[in-house]
Amino acid sequence: MKKFKISILTAIAITGLVFTGCSNDDDAPAPVNEEEVITTLTVTLTPTTGGGSVVTLQSRDLDGDGPDAPVITNGTLAANTTYTGTVVFLNETETPAENITTEVEEEDDEHQLFFTTGGGLNVTTDNFNLDGNGNILGTTFNVTTGAASSGSYTVTLRHEPTKPNTGLADAGGETDIEATFQVTVQ
Amino acid sequence: MRTYLYMLLLCSTMVAQNKDCNYTLSGKIIDLHDGSVLPGAVLTIAGLETTVESDINGIYTFSNLCEGVYSIQISHPNCTTQGVKVKVSSNTKRNFKLEHHLEELNTITLQASIYRSKTKTNFEQKITEKQLDRFSNASLGDVLNTLSGVSSLNTGNAVVKPIINGVHSSRIVVMNNGVRMEDQEWGAEHAPSIDVNTIGNITLIKGAGALKYSGDAVGGIIVTEASKIPVKDTIYGKTHVTAATNGRGGSITSTLTKSYVNGWYGSVQGSLKRFGDYEAPDYVLSNTGNFERSLSARIGINRFDYGVEAYYSFFKNEIGILRASHIGGASDQVRAINSGIPLIIRDFTYDINAPKQDVTHHLFKVRGFKNFKNLGKVTLQYDLQQNERLEFDVRRSSNDDDRPSLDLVLNSHTIRLDLDTDNTDLFNLKTGIMAQYQKNIADPATGVRRLIPDYERFNLGIYGVADYSISDHFLVEVGGRFDYFNIDAQKFYKSSFWEDRNYDILFPEIVVEVFNNQLLTNPKLDYSNLSATLGTRYTFNDKYKLFMNYSLASRAPNPSELFSEGLHHSASRIELGDLRFNSEVAHKVSITLQKQGTTFGFSINPYINFINDFMIIEPTEIRQTIRGNFQVWEYRQTNATLAGIDIDASVTFTDYLNFYHQFSMVKGYDNTRDISLIDMPPVNTTNGLVYQNKELKNLRVELQSEYTFRQNEFPNNNFEAFIPETNTFELVDVSTPPDAYHLLHLHSNADFKLGENSMLNVGISVTNIFNTNYRNYLNRLRYYADDLGRNLSINLKITY
Repeated sequence: MKKFKISILTAIAITGLVFTGCSNDDDAPAPVNEEEVITTLTVTLTPTTGGGSVVTLQSRDLDGDGPDAPVITNGTLAANTTYTGTVVFLNETETPAENITTEVEEEDDEHQLFFTTGGGLNVTTDNFNLDGNGNILGTTFNVTTGAASSGSYTVTLRHEPTKPNTGLADAGGETDIEATFQVTVQ
Repeated sequence: MRTYLYMLLLCSTMVAQNKDCNYTLSGKIIDLHDGSVLPGAVLTIAGLETTVESDINGIYTFSNLCEGVYSIQISHPNCTTQGVKVKVSSNTKRNFKLEHHLEELNTITLQASIYRSKTKTNFEQKITEKQLDRFSNASLGDVLNTLSGVSSLNTGNAVVKPIINGVHSSRIVVMNNGVRMEDQEWGAEHAPSIDVNTIGNITLIKGAGALKYSGDAVGGIIVTEASKIPVKDTIYGKTHVTAATNGRGGSITSTLTKSYVNGWYGSVQGSLKRFGDYEAPDYVLSNTGNFERSLSARIGINRFDYGVEAYYSFFKNEIGILRASHIGGASDQVRAINSGIPLIIRDFTYDINAPKQDVTHHLFKVRGFKNFKNLGKVTLQYDLQQNERLEFDVRRSSNDDDRPSLDLVLNSHTIRLDLDTDNTDLFNLKTGIMAQYQKNIADPATGVRRLIPDYERFNLGIYGVADYSISDHFLVEVGGRFDYFNIDAQKFYKSSFWEDRNYDILFPEIVVEVFNNQLLTNPKLDYSNLSATLGTRYTFNDKYKLFMNYSLASRAPNPSELFSEGLHHSASRIELGDLRFNSEVAHKVSITLQKQGTTFGFSINPYINFINDFMIIEPTEIRQTIRGNFQVWEYRQTNATLAGIDIDASVTFTDYLNFYHQFSMVKGYDNTRDISLIDMPPVNTTNGLVYQNKELKNLRVELQSEYTFRQNEFPNNNFEAFIPETNTFELVDVSTPPDAYHLLHLHSNADFKLGENSMLNVGISVTNIFNTNYRNYLNRLRYYADDLGRNLSINLKITY
């Protein structure tokens, strides 16, 4: 009986302690800076010959998976021209913006970029840079335009693809980025 | 109640043989601790050496007694024998209360004993320790799946969440050893954090009727109880070893119990389960291994009219999630669904990599009770739980693989005081009060926005349930409960979402601080919920019983329904909660007709559940992100109706052979939109043939057939996704349920005596004998892979 009373008292005492011990911090939590997010993809195309203008294609989605759609900057390329291309990925939710291209290039065997055209766009993408194993990485490349045309140009970054592969269809892996631009060749 | 019936019958059929010596002495033997009846007590009249034994209902009868005073010795296996003197001068009824230490006594951990019901007017289903033995290496969800009306929502095969009568997650309450599990059960891929090896028996209540435990069990309540410990000087234990071919793993669990005749006892238990990748009939399900550890200990004293127990349990489970289920946007989803086989199939391994879950649950409880003579039993209990959930996603950088993407710690403290005036046969009252404080902490070090915010929640509940026996055949139960909830959260919203939802106009006052692209808010939410139950039980004769129950359950929205806001990788969808939700209220009517019998028995249980403001999640739009397109799933409230029927039946052909049948059907409708509800269990039926021979090493062989129909009623949530490589839009079929399937299983076991006090039980089981390829509509990973193939398992249990 005595033991019973003691244990009840103990239980009450413990509860009291725990309750008071837990409810004393009202500190506001720290915001989380999203580290996994890529907000911005920029493709810069510089003509190899002559004084043509540099073309920039950009997809920028500052709220990540939030309701705002990505802001797309489309571009116009000159016909029958070769461009050297580079891709830059940024996480602009952090200040200063984090350059994720570096990370992709460091783990080059785990990533690959794919460039696909649609709707009769007369553009070929080749001469990709390679990873440590001699397979395509694709953060730098050449774009060669043919006759005047227009259509979609999609840039896809796959994580952990099967390498080597013949294209998106058998690459597997997961899509980290998929941005579609409307491109005109004239 | 039935016992009285027996007594009446017995008394009325008594034939007078001798004028002076035709009296009977009868009554029942009752467990003093909990009022349950004790079969098998031996009563001997000193001098006459007449001996009778109490029957299954605890009833004993001495007939042909003469007038006089008799000395009667009452003994019961394992018990201290008791002597009493009884004066007989007419037909006499005397009930004897025995301190039932002997066999299994555990009034401390159990509010209700194994013989007693949790409610009186709800039909309850039970799973005994013996049935549990077969599931030593399985999960709680797998065990419950064997009951009619219960199915499971699976994520792969290691995350098994029970569905009762069509609903799951927060709508199901799990009472583990008298403690309501607070293990973040709101998540559809969060399995209960309980090791089945710590469970002595399970009771399932399909409804909210057990108001003592909670008022928000819209679906039902699962009550698990620890094994009883005898009050005698003894030490015993059991060790259970299993091995299985599928997953190439097994489990080992051991329990050791020591008890004393003075009431003190202690018990320790530990389990280890380890499985590698499981296999479908045609391929390895890569990254589906799991590693579960558990440890529990209890110590206490169990005396005549009081007792105290302290209990601690630790549970840790690391579960791999099918690698092929972690995908990017809609175009990945199209590839994964159209592929027919998982996109990633690797060689078998025991390694568990991302994506995976790592859940740790600590439970500490201290409980004391005292029986007061004119009041009843008063119980005071405090419990502390900590649930830490880590979820690891496939990260962009492999350097981050050991860093969780979700890290939530939920601490819960609950104190409850219960009074059970179960001291009369006519009228019982159970009442009590409970208070709970919870704090959830989301670790920001994950570098991923918090899925669930930091919050504190306070809950105060008061209940009362009374039952009254109108006649021997007819019992009425009525109860009510009031709960108050207060949630105080610190939630970060994306500014774009905040404005998109109009929260900037609706809740400007809760904004605490504005950051670059997000803002911190402090939602404070209150819910006052009423719940009630009204039921009757009518006994036609010894065999037929009719249960009728109406229950009103109210459930406050859970953190996921309120606060979700972001991409959910395992589902490849964006999930959005809603701050504006109010409690959902369910009205459930359930009727059960039960027939018990030695050759034929059945129960039929139709029910209907009207749920107002039912919170469901469903797709609303396709959202473009830089990662590709994702389907957006938003929670909304609607009025829903769920109706169904559960049937159990068994027939005994001979002493050795019996057949059982189970059938469950449930239909769910969204009344507001006039469509079917998603994730409703398809109609299924289980049939089995059991051969059992007690003379032949207690051999038991069971052939089980499990047939699951195709779910034909489902909402169409398909959408179109842009595929860059073909420059086309393709239909993403996320709605169409898989085909019907039929599985055959074989279970067998036998007992071998090893010595005076030790026994070996050997079990061999084969599940999915024909290695059938199938997909389960209720498996969230059904889009990506087939379900499990054949599994051969061996099960050795030694008791000592």
